[in-house]
Amino acid sequence: MTLPQRPAVADWATDFDHTHPDYAAAAPEIWDDLREQCPVARTERFGGAWLPVRHADVAAIAHDTEHFTSKAVIVSDFRGLVDAPVGYAPPITSDPPFHQEARRLLLPAFSPKAVALLEPFTRQFCSSLLDGLAASGSRQVDAAVDYAQHIPVQVIAHMLGVPPEDGDRFRVFIHRILEAPGQTGPIEPEDTLTFYLWQLIEQRRTDPGDDLISYLLTTEIEGEPLGPEHIVGTCALLLLAGIDTTWSAIGASIWHLATHPEDRRRLVAEPELVPTAVEEFLRAYAPVTMARLVSEPVEVGGCPMEVDDWVLLPFPAANRDPEVFDRADEVLVDREQNRHLAFGLGIHRCIGSNLARMELTVAVEEWLRRFPEFEVADPEGVRWSTGQVRGPRTLPLRLPEGA
Amino acid sequence: MRIEFDREKCQGHNRCYMLAPDLFDVDDEGYAILRDAGEVPAELERQARLAADNCPEFAVVLVEE
Ligand code: HEM
Ligand code: SF4
Repeated sequence: MTLPQRPAVADWATDFDHTHPDYAAAAPEIWDDLREQCPVARTERFGGAWLPVRHADVAAIAHDTEHFTSKAVIVSDFRGLVDAPVGYAPPITSDPPFHQEARRLLLPAFSPKAVALLEPFTRQFCSSLLDGLAASGSRQVDAAVDYAQHIPVQVIAHMLGVPPEDGDRFRVFIHRILEAPGQTGPIEPEDTLTFYLWQLIEQRRTDPGDDLISYLLTTEIEGEPLGPEHIVGTCALLLLAGIDTTWSAIGASIWHLATHPEDRRRLVAEPELVPTAVEEFLRAYAPVTMARLVSEPVEVGGCPMEVDDWVLLPFPAANRDPEVFDRADEVLVDREQNRHLAFGLGIHRCIGSNLARMELTVAVEEWLRRFPEFEVADPEGVRWSTGQVRGPRTLPLRLPEGA
Repeated sequence: MRIEFDREKCQGHNRCYMLAPDLFDVDDEGYAILRDAGEVPAELERQARLAADNCPEFAVVLVEE
């Protein structure tokens, strides 16, 4: 089956399409042009949508839950199936006041102190993946498929308490959701992620551990214990929000280091700079663009927004606004002033931001320690995803002999 | 140099806690706690500047005398 081609975009200010391959190929140039001539672009596609590109406008919308709702956050021709405030994937699709209730349950598990405890496990896992790559003897590896992709899956499986022996089954579920939705033919009901999680929850109810599912079973919302539906929904949200995002960020960072040898050598020589460099990669290659629906008529940057219009929140565009960032279009691995918005702003600030930062830092540190020299094997073979989560999906690299 | 922290603006990005651990702690939900408001000791001025320059919510403000 071939998908119908999306019509070409004649004018990005009045007919933009963020899902078009031309956007994926040249988004920073498109944002720069728009910032100068029309900082809030419009399209009639998707039933009507807006694209603000200035930091100030993106920040104002992210902070404004009165005129904008999160009941749908991925732009499509449909406008969300369930009404706010509860939404179907709390807290990402929830609005105040329920949002805070659903969010607070999760915050302690993702606080910096909780995440620090997961670092040794993550480091050891990255190192074992690299052992495998080095032992294969191949001089060509795919850093997106054979490395970056596995890290968030393994870490979240560990957090949820998926037993190691179920790892392969779990990865099949994740692969079906992320890579091949609807392409696997009929599936037995017992062979689905929902069924698997349901079983895991029942098992933890009788035999709790120190995992996230056991913890969620002890929490309450408005005085009631969480139902299994809420727990399954929460696990599904963490998988959907945490995997391809982190995979994208790790892949983009390694891609940058493969194509900028001077930065790579500097980080090899000064590994203590890696956390600063990682923030810069998050700024420059921010993987996530979110969306809102307009819930009350409002004006942004002089543009009148009507109820049910889509509004994109292109955090990567805000991250390149010269009003807020010096030398915004350059990647400076030692940038000291960096208020980037890769994890959003306001009440929906990414719950997994500490976890993602830890994974990204550890993944880059371990990679550079094992493979200080590498380059892109085939630029044509590097494939980036299109749509609201952007990162390399294939990244063939060449390692020098003897690495 | 004085440091001010606006808890109302803080959304728990935790940049301050990572970059200025001598000035900021963090609560169980990941929101920042300023250890000592007011005058910043000279040896912590660099940490204070990093926290202020990297908070995405502009919740950390420095006032230079
Ligand atoms: C580099 C990796 C990641 C990036 C760039 C990223 C980005 C984002 C952004 C921009 C938002 C804001 C959504 C909005 O304003 O509507 C968000 C929300 C969220 N993220 Fe992440 N994310 C990443 C990794 C993770 C991880 C590892 C997890 C968990 C395992 C996670 C879980 C969540 C959740 C639960 C929310 C919803 C928070 C709420 O609505 O209150 N994310 N993420
Ligand atoms: S960096 Fe800013 S938003 Fe984040 S915890 Fe510190 S004060 Fe709060």
